Amino acid sequence: MGVVPNADGSAMYKSGDTIAIAAVYGPKKMHPQHQQNPAKGQLRCDYNMISFSVSDRIRPGRNRRSMEISEITKWALEPVLLLEKYPNQVIDVFIDIIQADAGTRCAGINAAAMALAHAGIPMKDMVSSIALGKLDKTLVVDLTKEEEDYEEGEGATDIPISMTHGGKITHMQLDGKIGVNQLQEAVDLAKGACEKIYEVQKKALKDAIGMENGGED
Amino acid sequence: MNRKVVIPGEIIIEGEDYLPGEHTEKRDGKIVSLRYGLAEEQNNLLKVIPLSGVYAPRRGNIVIGKIENINSNGWMVDIGSAESTFLSIMEVPRYVNKDAMEEVFKIDEMVIAKIWSIGKRGIDLSIKSHGLGKINDGLIFKVNPHKVPRVIGKEGSMIKLIKEETGCDISVGQNGFVVINGSDVDSELFAKKAINFVTEKSFVSGLTDEMTKWFKENKKIYTT
Repeated sequence: MGVVPNADGSAMYKSGDTIAIAAVYGPKKMHPQHQQNPAKGQLRCDYNMISFSVSDRIRPGRNRRSMEISEITKWALEPVLLLEKYPNQVIDVFIDIIQADAGTRCAGINAAAMALAHAGIPMKDMVSSIALGKLDKTLVVDLTKEEEDYEEGEGATDIPISMTHGGKITHMQLDGKIGVNQLQEAVDLAKGACEKIYEVQKKALKDAIGMENGGED
Repeated sequence: MNRKVVIPGEIIIEGEDYLPGEHTEKRDGKIVSLRYGLAEEQNNLLKVIPLSGVYAPRRGNIVIGKIENINSNGWMVDIGSAESTFLSIMEVPRYVNKDAMEEVFKIDEMVIAKIWSIGKRGIDLSIKSHGLGKINDGLIFKVNPHKVPRVIGKEGSMIKLIKEETGCDISVGQNGFVVINGSDVDSELFAKKAINFVTEKSFVSGLTDEMTKWFKENKKIYTT
């Protein structure tokens, strides 16, 4: 917690070899002004993979993939935020993946949820996110890159799922093939995994206050 | 008084005997926190004291801000909140020449003011009170606005102690800005060090006593 001293709230989330840093700025006045919404506040997410995050250097900056994931992250987090309290204002969330080994969007969402809480944004619930996959016919949680690309049998399948602690799903994607029954099984599996992630998030947030500095400044 | 750290969505207490207070919500007979902070119970009313986030302005707060812009009937002030903040010439207790408003406040000058009202259109400030107005000199820095109550202490005990020990005049704005006015730079810097120590130790109980000890230890180093 509090890894970015200049931000209003920040968090780092690590799962295996995937590391995500999220920084939250705001609520602040929406700029440009024509994007202001007098009915409610807005959430802006920016997901970015640092050029050294994967073994082949990637071109830095926005691309199709990062823009899509930014939108996905926004949709996953928006349902829990009480944005009505901040008309004409915006909350900026910046997510940087500094090391990637599959499940980066999930790591990003987990980090962002913690950073939002840390920034003192009113939220109905926490959001936890997990990537599921299928090795032939067996379901696995928290994928690594190798597991994600497992081609044999039924082909590569991955399902990132985000849900609140209350068990409501805020985001679900599916890349590959899966049967309806097995999908139900996957959702149940994700519930268990998200419960564990929630405990980790809770612990991190609570421990941050115990620190002399409160993780701030 | 029992306080505990809560995170958003966490159930603080179950049962119908309690009322939801600030930053909490009632959901199927349970009191749920909406913010990250400390939960506190007082006469069956549960509230969450936020520990982080941007400054939330309230009516009557004394704030320190920077003049951002001048328009025909007042000044825009940056006090670190998202709402636009305005100081009208009507709220300045002196004659203002509308053609030479820079004479009163120039852009980038600091002002200490009171929040007079919070409306839909923004915040209005006033300097029609004792101790308010332009800041001419001193050392200005920012602390976490949620730690301002600790810097001031119970009935001003902490700030009084720091003032006495350093011989500086200190003004603290609720938005986290601190102005120190001392006879020399060294004592001003010493006061800043003391205030930063308070914000770092803000979770210790009996902090004023702790501070007295800190002054005893550090005063020797400072004076020699």
